[in-house]
Amino acid sequence: MIPYSSFSFFMILAVLLIPIIVLGYKEKRSMVYNSFVHFVILLLAFISEVNQFVSFIVYIFWQVILVNWYVSYRKEKNESGVFYAVTFLSIVPLFITKLLPVFEIKNAVGFLGISYLTFKTVQMIIDIRDGALKTLTLKEQLAFLLFSPTISSGPIDRFKRFKKDIDTIPTKEEYRLLLYQGINKIFLGFLYKFIIAYMIDDRIIETPFIQGDTPLATFIYMYAYSLYLFFDFAGYSAFAIGASYIMGVKTPENFNMPFMSRNIKDFWNRWHMSLSSWFRDYVYMRFVFFMAKKKWIKNRHVISYIGYFLLFLLMGIWHGMELHYIAYGLYHAALMISFDYFERMNKQFNFWKKNKVTDVVSIIITFHVICFGFLIFSGRLF
Amino acid sequence: MNIKNTVLELLEEICQDDVVKENLDIELFEEGLLDSFGTVSLLVGIEEKLGIHVGISEFDREQWSTPNKIITILENWA
Repeated sequence: MIPYSSFSFFMILAVLLIPIIVLGYKEKRSMVYNSFVHFVILLLAFISEVNQFVSFIVYIFWQVILVNWYVSYRKEKNESGVFYAVTFLSIVPLFITKLLPVFEIKNAVGFLGISYLTFKTVQMIIDIRDGALKTLTLKEQLAFLLFSPTISSGPIDRFKRFKKDIDTIPTKEEYRLLLYQGINKIFLGFLYKFIIAYMIDDRIIETPFIQGDTPLATFIYMYAYSLYLFFDFAGYSAFAIGASYIMGVKTPENFNMPFMSRNIKDFWNRWHMSLSSWFRDYVYMRFVFFMAKKKWIKNRHVISYIGYFLLFLLMGIWHGMELHYIAYGLYHAALMISFDYFERMNKQFNFWKKNKVTDVVSIIITFHVICFGFLIFSGRLF
Repeated sequence: MNIKNTVLELLEEICQDDVVKENLDIELFEEGLLDSFGTVSLLVGIEEKLGIHVGISEFDREQWSTPNKIITILENWA
């Protein structure tokens, strides 16, 4: 049973949440009961696929051993080679999962949510390396990894932020607000995913005309698919965030009106935010920091451009190793680099002045450019 | 060494705008003065000029959002 995809899942979730809500109003929290809820939801998610369940268990063991070993190692020493090796080992399962479909081999390693768990683990390893995360108990690590509302597709939380939420029990007033917001989000999710996204898919995308191979059909498909992608994923995210809130965890938002972006940089601060900020903080910024300190390349813009290229190539590959995903990544890398150049030129010559008209024009241009990106992403072109 | 002056000079150089010296409560990220590249330049500058190592994981956009906040954090850096 894929989380948040069926009526029965929501019914089970609602029943499971009742004791949490009752306790929440009493300013209490039962770790035992919460663990039971996570266990049931994980069981539901994997029950129909026994080999996925086995992969999941093995994967969790693997990551727990790696991270725990690294945290104790880091107390004594801090070799770069060891850091790279541990990071590599924690990515290996995901890498295999992404590679197998390319050779059309049946995927026995992967399971639902593997990439999101990998983001969480790699994040911990890098924070340990940085010294930002010094101690880590097994209980904390499992609570973070196995937090069930976000298990299948994020949003990707940060360990330090998450820990703050599970260490503090909200007051009655705070909990009432969390519950209210949580329920609100879940209903917003129903509207987005089961009404709007469903309608776009059923009434537009799946019609014979749009499925036909004409330029006009592809043109309409481009916009329909972009909107579908947003409402489907923003709807899912609203469910995951809403359920988290009810459990007292303020899982970060994933979307902030992405189709109102004024430029491509703005878009990446509004679209799949928990993923883009992950790549920003753990790939781009670290790469730039590393290069700026080593001073191998003098030109700071060149460093930044290589950073963008690396970030979006990785993001593309993360979606899958098929050509259209990689092309999608490169397309966005090219956009980010071009925009950065444009922004710098504009600072100097000020030919694109900032006012209401240019703002509207910028939003319209950005929207079409983004939709074309999703057309590449959809795999309809190649 | 004067942390305040060093930070302000770094910010002016990175943001390429002297407004950061005039308004110490300006929202650097919201106003588009600082982005992730600027952040990294700032962290490298802080390490080189002040000898304070701030890891990227320790940098939080919300806590480091204005010149004043940055100065306060660095002045209290253990």
